[in-house]
Amino acid sequence: MKDRAYDLTSRPKYEDDPNLVLRYSHAARLTHWAVAVAYVLLFFSGLALFHPYFYWLSLLYGGGAFMRVLHPFLGVTLAVLFYAYAARIWRDNLLLKSDGEWLRRAFDVMNKRAEIPVEGKYNAGQKLMFWSMVVCILGLLGSGLVMWRPYFAPSFSASARRAAALVHAGIAFVMFVGIGVHVYAAYWTKGSIRAMTRGYVSRAWARFHHPGWYREMTSGAAQAGKRDPAA
Amino acid sequence: MSLESLDIKARSATTSSPPGARRTLEVAKLIDVSRCIGCKACQAACMEWNDLREEPGVNSGFYTNPADLSDQSWTLMRFYEEQIEGSLQWLILKDGCLHCAEPGCLKACPSPGAILQYSNGLVDFQQEFCIGCGYCATGCPFNIPRYSKKDQKAYKCTLCSDRVAVGLEPACIKTCPTQALSFGSKEDMLAQAEHRLVDLRERGFARAALYDPAGVGGTHVVFVLPHGDRPEAYGLPRDPKVSAAVELWRGWVAKSLGVFTMFAVLVAGIFHYMKVGPLEVKEDEGKED
Repeated sequence: MKDRAYDLTSRPKYEDDPNLVLRYSHAARLTHWAVAVAYVLLFFSGLALFHPYFYWLSLLYGGGAFMRVLHPFLGVTLAVLFYAYAARIWRDNLLLKSDGEWLRRAFDVMNKRAEIPVEGKYNAGQKLMFWSMVVCILGLLGSGLVMWRPYFAPSFSASARRAAALVHAGIAFVMFVGIGVHVYAAYWTKGSIRAMTRGYVSRAWARFHHPGWYREMTSGAAQAGKRDPAA
Repeated sequence: MSLESLDIKARSATTSSPPGARRTLEVAKLIDVSRCIGCKACQAACMEWNDLREEPGVNSGFYTNPADLSDQSWTLMRFYEEQIEGSLQWLILKDGCLHCAEPGCLKACPSPGAILQYSNGLVDFQQEFCIGCGYCATGCPFNIPRYSKKDQKAYKCTLCSDRVAVGLEPACIKTCPTQALSFGSKEDMLAQAEHRLVDLRERGFARAALYDPAGVGGTHVVFVLPHGDRPEAYGLPRDPKVSAAVELWRGWVAKSLGVFTMFAVLVAGIFHYMKVGPLEVKEDEGKED
């Protein structure tokens, strides 16, 4: 018997589920994961250069010489993607008065003693993470350019390169802690990873974690497409 | 090149200790600046022995030629015109790696085995392991390592480690026509320098001094400077040491702190998850109506 093609168009789509709300658009998710992949590659190669215990990680890149060539190009890629993404979401990350309450009770939030109502799309912790990444990536980009052989390093003095190397390593570890907290917070807050992989969160998730954003998403303004809060 | 007849004292980016049972004689090159006539025979001998050929350059109006050290010029006669005690002095310095006892290049290098320090004091680059990152130049207080445009690897004077390994003196020593260059045990070279300093002081160079900077643990290329109170006049840093930034960046404290931080983040995450548990949302959470 001849196999026939399945027609999937009539099947209900994932995003048609009335219980779901779009949190991250295709572009946002793709950019996020591109940045994430670049970050992981940068972290491993940077770590290999930072500490001899981890030099074996250079094998992932076909050896130290190619890893050294690749690292700065990956860095620029990450910075370009990150700032393109940041340009779309920075307004949602401006600190509001209501964020003070969240920050004061951050320890209670972390221990599941309280969930503080969040006004916008992101809570105060996420906002601080955003701005710390804006600063860290700028610092890493700047100090990295100073060290980038053979293109830029020769135009800088030895003392500038020494300072840049120290600053680069220092910021890299601040960033590692930041990313560590970011990844853990996403794993800890169930539903978040699905938001960044498939784009949607449940209505209950939205009401609980980001009530202000949920109201905005479900109000007339968002429906009319005035500004896409899912961007 | 790595030579088995030279025992390794330190190896870049290596976590295990080098073999330390044997001891070899600590050697040094003595450059007696007062005897140097600037003939550049040492430059020629260096190129000859090491099979290096500098691209023909442009006359920059100075005797210094080529204009700078490079991957093809591991030693270079530098000429300086200096006003010292009211008279014009024409100073000549044979520039190149000083083979520090505490080499900043080796400290900064992230590639295992790309820089070796032999127990006789020679510091040698192993280009096959060089990744071209530029850290050695960052670590060096004397601005010595140079990168090849062709292969992006770092090069510098080897102190003819291949010759020294088989009991020969470095090529520049062999060729020097005025005995401005000597090679032997560091002890002998220091004694010879002392002898020479006495002589120079008698001849009116009251401030003649030995240049064997303690900031880098001493060097295995030492200079007799007639105007020893002014090493800067010869292009030598007065008190060279590995920069504090490099010491901090490549030091064990920063490295350990970095690794500790990494594991602390991991452990904190695991403990938090075990103690607090995941933050889940009930399906009817926040439903008001």
